[in-house]
Amino acid sequence: MRLAFTLAAALAAPQASLAANPADWLSVLSEARGQTVYWNAWGGSDATNAFIGWVGDRVEADYGVSLVHVKLSDTADAVSRVLAERAAGIDEGGAIDLIWINGANFAAMKSEGLLFGPFAENLPNWAFVDGEGKTVTTDFTVPTEGYESPWAMAQVVFMRDTADLPDAPGSAAEILDWATAHPGRFTYPQPPDFLGTTFLKQILVDLTNDALALAAAPESDAAYEAVTAPLWAYLDALTPHLWRSGRAYPATGPAQVQLIYDNEIDLAISFSPGEATAAISNGLLPDTVRTSVLAKGTIGNASFVAIPYNANAAAGAMVVADFLLSSEAQLRAQDPAILGYGTVLDMAKLPDADRAAFDALDLGIASLSPAELGTAQPEPHPDWMTRIAADWQRRYGAGL
Amino acid sequence: MAEPLILKTLTISAGVAPFVSVSLTAAPGEITTLMGPSGSGKSSILAAITGTLPDGLSATGDILLGTQNLSALPAWKRRIGILFQDDLLFPHLSVGGNLALGLAPGGTRSERRGRVEQALAEVGLEGFAARDPATLSGGQKARVALMRVLLSEPRALLLDEPFGSLDAELRSQIRSLVFNHAKARGLPTLLVTHDPQDAEAAGGPVISLR
Amino acid sequence: MTLSPSRLFFWLTVLLLGGPVLAGLIGVVAGALDHVPGLQTAMPAGDVWGAVWSWPGIGRSVTLSFWTGLLAALISLASATIIMAGWSGTRSFTRARQWLAPFLAVPHAAAAFGIAFLIAPSGWIARAISPWLTGWDRPPDLLILGDPLGLAMVLGLVVKELPFLLLMMIAALPQAKAAPSMAVVTALGYGCARGWLLAVFPAVYRQIRLPVYAVLAYSMSAVDAALILGPTTPPPIAIVILRWAADPDLSLRALASAGALVQLGLVLVALVLWRLGEIAVAQLGHSLAESGQRGSGRAAEIAAAKLAATSGIFLIAGLSALALWSVAGAWPFPAFLPETSSSRVWASHGARLVETGAATLFLAFAVVAVSLSLALGSLEAGPSRRFLTALIYLPLIVPQVTFLPGLQAALLTIGLGSGALPVGLMHLVFVLPYLLLVLADPFNALDPRYRTIAAGLGLSPARQFLRLRLPLLLAPIAGAVAVGMAVSIGQYLPTLLAGGGRVPTLTTEALALATGGDRRVIGAYGLAQAMAALAPFALALALPRIVWRNRRGMFHG
Repeated sequence: MRLAFTLAAALAAPQASLAANPADWLSVLSEARGQTVYWNAWGGSDATNAFIGWVGDRVEADYGVSLVHVKLSDTADAVSRVLAERAAGIDEGGAIDLIWINGANFAAMKSEGLLFGPFAENLPNWAFVDGEGKTVTTDFTVPTEGYESPWAMAQVVFMRDTADLPDAPGSAAEILDWATAHPGRFTYPQPPDFLGTTFLKQILVDLTNDALALAAAPESDAAYEAVTAPLWAYLDALTPHLWRSGRAYPATGPAQVQLIYDNEIDLAISFSPGEATAAISNGLLPDTVRTSVLAKGTIGNASFVAIPYNANAAAGAMVVADFLLSSEAQLRAQDPAILGYGTVLDMAKLPDADRAAFDALDLGIASLSPAELGTAQPEPHPDWMTRIAADWQRRYGAGL
Repeated sequence: MAEPLILKTLTISAGVAPFVSVSLTAAPGEITTLMGPSGSGKSSILAAITGTLPDGLSATGDILLGTQNLSALPAWKRRIGILFQDDLLFPHLSVGGNLALGLAPGGTRSERRGRVEQALAEVGLEGFAARDPATLSGGQKARVALMRVLLSEPRALLLDEPFGSLDAELRSQIRSLVFNHAKARGLPTLLVTHDPQDAEAAGGPVISLR
Repeated sequence: MTLSPSRLFFWLTVLLLGGPVLAGLIGVVAGALDHVPGLQTAMPAGDVWGAVWSWPGIGRSVTLSFWTGLLAALISLASATIIMAGWSGTRSFTRARQWLAPFLAVPHAAAAFGIAFLIAPSGWIARAISPWLTGWDRPPDLLILGDPLGLAMVLGLVVKELPFLLLMMIAALPQAKAAPSMAVVTALGYGCARGWLLAVFPAVYRQIRLPVYAVLAYSMSAVDAALILGPTTPPPIAIVILRWAADPDLSLRALASAGALVQLGLVLVALVLWRLGEIAVAQLGHSLAESGQRGSGRAAEIAAAKLAATSGIFLIAGLSALALWSVAGAWPFPAFLPETSSSRVWASHGARLVETGAATLFLAFAVVAVSLSLALGSLEAGPSRRFLTALIYLPLIVPQVTFLPGLQAALLTIGLGSGALPVGLMHLVFVLPYLLLVLADPFNALDPRYRTIAAGLGLSPARQFLRLRLPLLLAPIAGAVAVGMAVSIGQYLPTLLAGGGRVPTLTTEALALATGGDRRVIGAYGLAQAMAALAPFALALALPRIVWRNRRGMFHG
């Protein structure tokens, strides 16, 4: 019984973390055995939840680590929790062992010293990770420095209902043209939602002539104004033609998917190339939906897991992070019938049998092949995103 | 064995203003009547004797049972039985359950049951122990209420207009039943009423409140 | 005065209700004035307030919260009053009133999701009239959900607050001496409804003033209804605070603390305004009564029935929609019913639902058992003084966002960081007031002469309580247990904050899954949540009927 277990956990004195040493993997393994790892991860997706459940079964069987998925509605809840624990002086035996984390949340926790590590590059399966070809050592251009371990690749794609929009728009300008001709059929999640700000960045990257400027923090206010001016001009033109004339926005990516299902909109952004296929098989999208990328390419990044500095079961958490990098887990995650997330592994480093298994994957009706996805464009420096999100709020989110 | 109930300048006040004061001695086996219009404080006097004065009222003076001063005792240790205008049988208990509630603890189950049956027989209600009180007639309820208070072996009996809700015929019948039982047990009994007929039937001293 | 056991319970209750709110408030003031606890980089206090007031759209957010909260409270109160005036005392009302409590039990989030699917341009109402009437073969681009005035959100709030106020009004009737007053004014020739308004309402209102304040405060700071039905450009202040508290930029958390104080101030201002409004309305009522105008109550009666039916239909239709989605396969616009059915959601979530549901009910039951002892104990202690009655409402009136983070910090500091125990304690803070609210009236309505008779029979206070008051009050106690369990089951933020995420309940799971936007899953969890809250009500209705099947006297009055 889960409750009985929870009660027992509440009554037992928190076991002191033995400061697991990532460099000594054998001792990590022995310490991990018997530990309970509380993985705080967004719980909004059935597919992801099922995948995490499967990971739990596997690490229990192989390593004696019992994994509990704490389903979050927002990763920030986990950040708040660690912060509150540090404020209360709980520097060990914290409630969170592993966090599915990305970008800005990672940057904040890292700079605040709230993370355990570095550990990522000590994981045995790190040897197979594609450190050169994929953006797995930087997160929104912030160096990860081993404080988080990648487990999936994401890249911006656009989902469209081909019943209403047969030809994929190949650029930001084409999206604007189509939206102007078909008012009310397009929208994007409201910033500061992660996917919403991703849309803004994607448009900026597609419009800009100065890609180099985005790689570092804006040099000056004037530079920021100059580089972002095309974005604001674009949004000023687009907003009146958005769904609900831009007076309301879907709160999240999934809310946007629902709008396609209800035939309210015909085009939506996604950060997961396999999302459309998975959603079609779960009945969340009509089977006429297909995905596409922009001609100049789209933004890509990785999903990571990190361990809080005061984790109660850091060793167990590292074992889970390592298992996520195994061929077995990566293959399952990439299967569109299960998750459809891109792998972080380097095919060239894999044993032949594993590589063959990846090659044999059927990517599903609405997913693009790696070749079609093309090369991912780098994320702009996070300062761009912070300022753009704030300006968006002022221009479009504060009422007319 | 039975002792008189004595009130010595028992004065009830609301806040600091006294509104009723009385001295009397209710002798054992005698029914003393307290008469007065409504609002004269009759019921408050009874509440002071039972120890259940509502918040906001206070009592001074002495309440004695023989030589024992009751004022310092909590209500449930005073052993003062009371009958109200309504039968106030507990609706969640059977007739027998109501009667057994007042029985002093002790005795075997069958002994206790026997005493309940016997009490019911005394008022002509043989075999009523398992009945739901709600299915009884007004007269039957009044008789059960009487036997309930008597089974608890009170040291004095208070009657708060107990016949007010009964029609004329039933009224005299129940009245004499109650008076006879009270006298037979030698209980000092204090009757509060505004009906001169009740006072007459009681046949004891009558004290009028202004 | 000696400390009797019931006095002890009473003071324990006071401590448990007042303590957490005060601890929480201290925390949030510290956060807004000084710095965010746990953060190494701090913002100077002046900048925090400057940043709050210069936040884009903050003025509109504040105005929006203010307006929607007042409007929701006003509509709820007016509807409840019209229903009571036009309907109370009739036979059909007596039958209908036992269905109120179950309405109260439906969690806010489930109700809001249901309503969202009803009124959205792609929702059930639009589907019912499309395309044959409207010609819509795809949903119209209409701003209904998240309208800038917040009317959809107000609707969601009213549907939930109306049953609560009705229940409170019904409970207040005996103390307000409604029946005798009505007999008098009817004899004077007033129609039922007008007579009720003039003669009974003022007394009833005096009794339910604090519940009304709680409704006002809740409506101004509600999160669930605002997230699902409210506007977003900009959202109400409660959502802005939530965003600050969840922003990756950790320095914004100081803004969240300051925002929580803004929210509290807003509630206080609204309460003062409301109080002034009360005085004005009372003046108006006096002059109306002096004018002596009579009128028939027929129109009010019809309006009452319509209002009750509409809000009932919204809730029931919303829940039905959730139920339908949970078994729907393909259900595109404008199909009125799903085109295919699917057991996918129940098959994949069934086991987890049962497990989490059992744990949720177990937790709720444990919390209610403790709260019930405290509530009964303090009621045994006798009628409480005014300021203590007000204390009961503290956790209901002070917005959750204002004191929960501080309370979490306090719990962490005393070593109650995670697990079922702190969650139970946190739930207690919200369950206990409702138990006291629901039980106070039946408790005080018990004929005081029972107490006198029982004492005369020589029963000790403890035996009086166990043998008499407890069984006599079985029905209201069972009802209170059900209300308490519903309150516990519905808690989201307190469960999450106190449990460190380690105590999953139907509500925490439902809200996490809800962010995924899968209406089938939301439907299944919303339904499970509603069922978990309704099951105790069914038991509460059945239990007295079974236990007292041979005691007719237990069902009169």
